[in-house]
Parts: sequence; C-alpha cells; structure tokens
Amino acid sequence: MSTLSALAAVFTRDARIAVRIGGGAMIGVLFFLTVVTLVPFAIGPDLALLRRIGPAILWLGALLASLLTLDRLFAGDHDDGSLDLVLMGRLPLELVVVAKALSHWVTTGLPLVIASPVLGLFLNLEPAALGATALTLLVGTPALTFIGIIGAALSVALRRGGLLMPVMVLPMTIPLLIFGVSATNAAVGGTVPFATPFTILCALTLVSAVIGPFAAAATLRHGME
Amino acid sequence: MELRGTDLGCVRGGRRVFDGVNFTVAAGTPLLLTGANGAGKSSLLRLIAGLIHPDQGAVALEGGDHELTVGEQTHYLGHLDPLKGALTVMENLAFWVRFLNAEAGPDERDRAEGSLDTVGLGELADVPAGYLSAGQRRRLSLARMVAVPRTLWLLDEPTTALDAASQERLDGLMRTHLGDGGLIVAATHGPLGLPGAQELRLGQLRLGNTP
Repeated sequence: MSTLSALAAVFTRDARIAVRIGGGAMIGVLFFLTVVTLVPFAIGPDLALLRRIGPAILWLGALLASLLTLDRLFAGDHDDGSLDLVLMGRLPLELVVVAKALSHWVTTGLPLVIASPVLGLFLNLEPAALGATALTLLVGTPALTFIGIIGAALSVALRRGGLLMPVMVLPMTIPLLIFGVSATNAAVGGTVPFATPFTILCALTLVSAVIGPFAAAATLRHGME
Repeated sequence: MELRGTDLGCVRGGRRVFDGVNFTVAAGTPLLLTGANGAGKSSLLRLIAGLIHPDQGAVALEGGDHELTVGEQTHYLGHLDPLKGALTVMENLAFWVRFLNAEAGPDERDRAEGSLDTVGLGELADVPAGYLSAGQRRRLSLARMVAVPRTLWLLDEPTTALDAASQERLDGLMRTHLGDGGLIVAATHGPLGLPGAQELRLGQLRLGNTP
C-alpha cells in the first residue's frame, strides 16, 4: 500500500511538472501539428497521395513528438540530484521507472492520440482510417515510451544529451512503425484483415512494457558509477 | 548501532582516490571527514550511501535493519538539492516524504508542515521552489531529513549557503539526531561544533594512475 502511495507520488510529481512547465502535453501536440502540417506543403496538393500516405505521416509525427519529449525524463532528475535519492530509496528502481513512463505517456502520448483524428483531417483521411490511426496510436504510443525510456536512461548514463537519444531509439521503433501503419492500411482495405497486424502491435507493446523498465533501471544503476 | 567501514578503497575515473580507509561510527559520536579538495570526502560519502561501489572493502551498519541496505537507512545531503522549480515548496517536500517514507501513515502532510516550520520555511510553503535562494533550498533539503526518520545522516558540506541562524538550527537538528541514537558522517572544512566528534583526515591528492 505504501509502495503504491510512493509510486503515485512519482507519477503525480512528473505529471504536475509536465503540465506546469508546458514541456509535456502542449509542446508534444504542437510539434505533432507542425510535422503534419509541413508534409502537404512538401508534397503538393495531391489529395489522393496524401490520403494514401496519411497514416504513415501521423505515425512518424507521433514517433518524433513522443521521443523528443522523452529526452529530459531522467536528465532532470540527474541534474538536481533527485536520481541519487531514487537510487538509494526503498522502492524497486524498475517500478519507479514504470511510474515515470506512465506519467510521460499520460502527459504526452495520450494527447497525441486524442489529437490524431483532427490532424488526420488535414491529410484527407477517410473516417475508417481516422479511427484506425487513433486506435493503433493508442496501442502503440505506450511502446514508444517504454522503448524511449531505455534511450533516456542511456543519455543520462553516458552524460550525452541531445540527438544521441533519438539516434539510438529510432531504429528500435521500426517494428512498431511497420505494424502500426500496416494495421491502419488494413482497416481501409487491404489483403490482410485489420486484426493481424494489430495484434502483433499489441504484442510489441506488451513486450516493450516488460523489457523497457528493466533495461532502463539497469542502465541507470550502471550509469551512476 | 554502529557504522563500520573496513579497508575501503575507491577508484574514480581511473585515479585511485583513497585506499585502506577504516572507520567506526558509534551512535552519538559523529564522524567528520576532512581533507583537501579532491581528497575523496564526497566519494567516501557516496560510497557509504551505496551510490558508488567500493573498489575494495565493505561498509556495514551493525544493529540496523538486516533487510535493508545501508543506503536505504540513510539520508544523503549532497551538493545538489533535489528540488523541482515548477513545484511549490510544500509539494517538493510532500513528494519526498511520500517517496522516502515507505511506512508513511496519513499524517505525512502534518509531518511535512511541521518540518517546514522547523527549518523556518513555513511561510514559503506555497511558493514555487524555483524562487528560493541557495540557502532556502538547502533548508528545504534539511526539512526532508527532519520529516522522515533515518538512522544514518550523510552530510556533504552541510553548512554551505546557510546563514548564521540556519547554521544554529542545523546544529540543533544534528544534536537532536545524535541524542536519539542516530549516526552522522559529515564532510566538512570547518568545525561543526558537535560534541565528541572524531575526525577522519583523508589523504592528500594522489596523481597518476592506479597500479
């Protein structure tokens, strides 16, 4: 019970900071909006083409928005010494990492999911594709967070911020991208049923939710040496 | 209750900071770590806290809780104050009380408020911590140590940035802690004025790589 209360404290602290500083929810969504808006300008007024590649653009935008906000997840705690106390504390580090990851997802991943149908309209997506994109993002963005925390922990451990994190993490998100986009395409007519890539996407999320916290916690422990 | 370090050695960045350090800290007799800059005072404190692993030797807290590590029974007051500028003074403190105090009851809020008054920050409870001065940040860190009981206090230059009144307050807190049978290990350049303090002088800076 007290463990839960302590974890809830971690969750609410991170959420509060994200909301107050404005580095979380709003910036993520604005970045998402910017990426999605830029694409039609680059491609030109070809509505059919936009409709075809729309889900991919939404997924790429969400991927980048989610990763860019992850960079400071542990770096802030490292810079002000909070991480020392967390490492010394009685709570298992893995659970603290899960609490921080959930907090990050609620403040940045979830707003992206909610914004995606609106942005999908910009890309001339049909209603079925709008729903399918939102659904795949709902399932897939937690995996982005759980994979991203490994990179966030690494950037603290290696004392290198900035671009190192996306460079390390983006390749690991390729499977998510493949199955997320193919599930969306399957929903609007394709050779495979929607459920086939979608269940694989769900599986990827579950696997990353297990591996991510352990890998991030191990990285943090070794990095503090 | 006794904290014992046996034959401790520490290597940082390929450089041997110290080796063969032995000490025993009994309840009520604080241990002061002194020595030149770079002698390894902070490293020894971090080593006791379990934040870095000793190259050789071991630290043990005899008479403590066997199910907990030394670090889990310790308050560590390092150079940094673990505060978030976007949260208020009270929110910062309440977080650490909830996080550190695994056995916390429903009185955690009262306890946090009480310890804020103890360090003289009661009136600033609703101010964002980002607006605090260095000394006030330090006092907020001290409030954390008052609010959550821990056997061992590791203090790294505890008087840094504190004004005369706050230094007196810190002195009182340390005496109370020692009186309750607590242990203190403090790295310091000046005398802390604690009764019965023993001193451990760490060696001179040694250049060159480890053999």
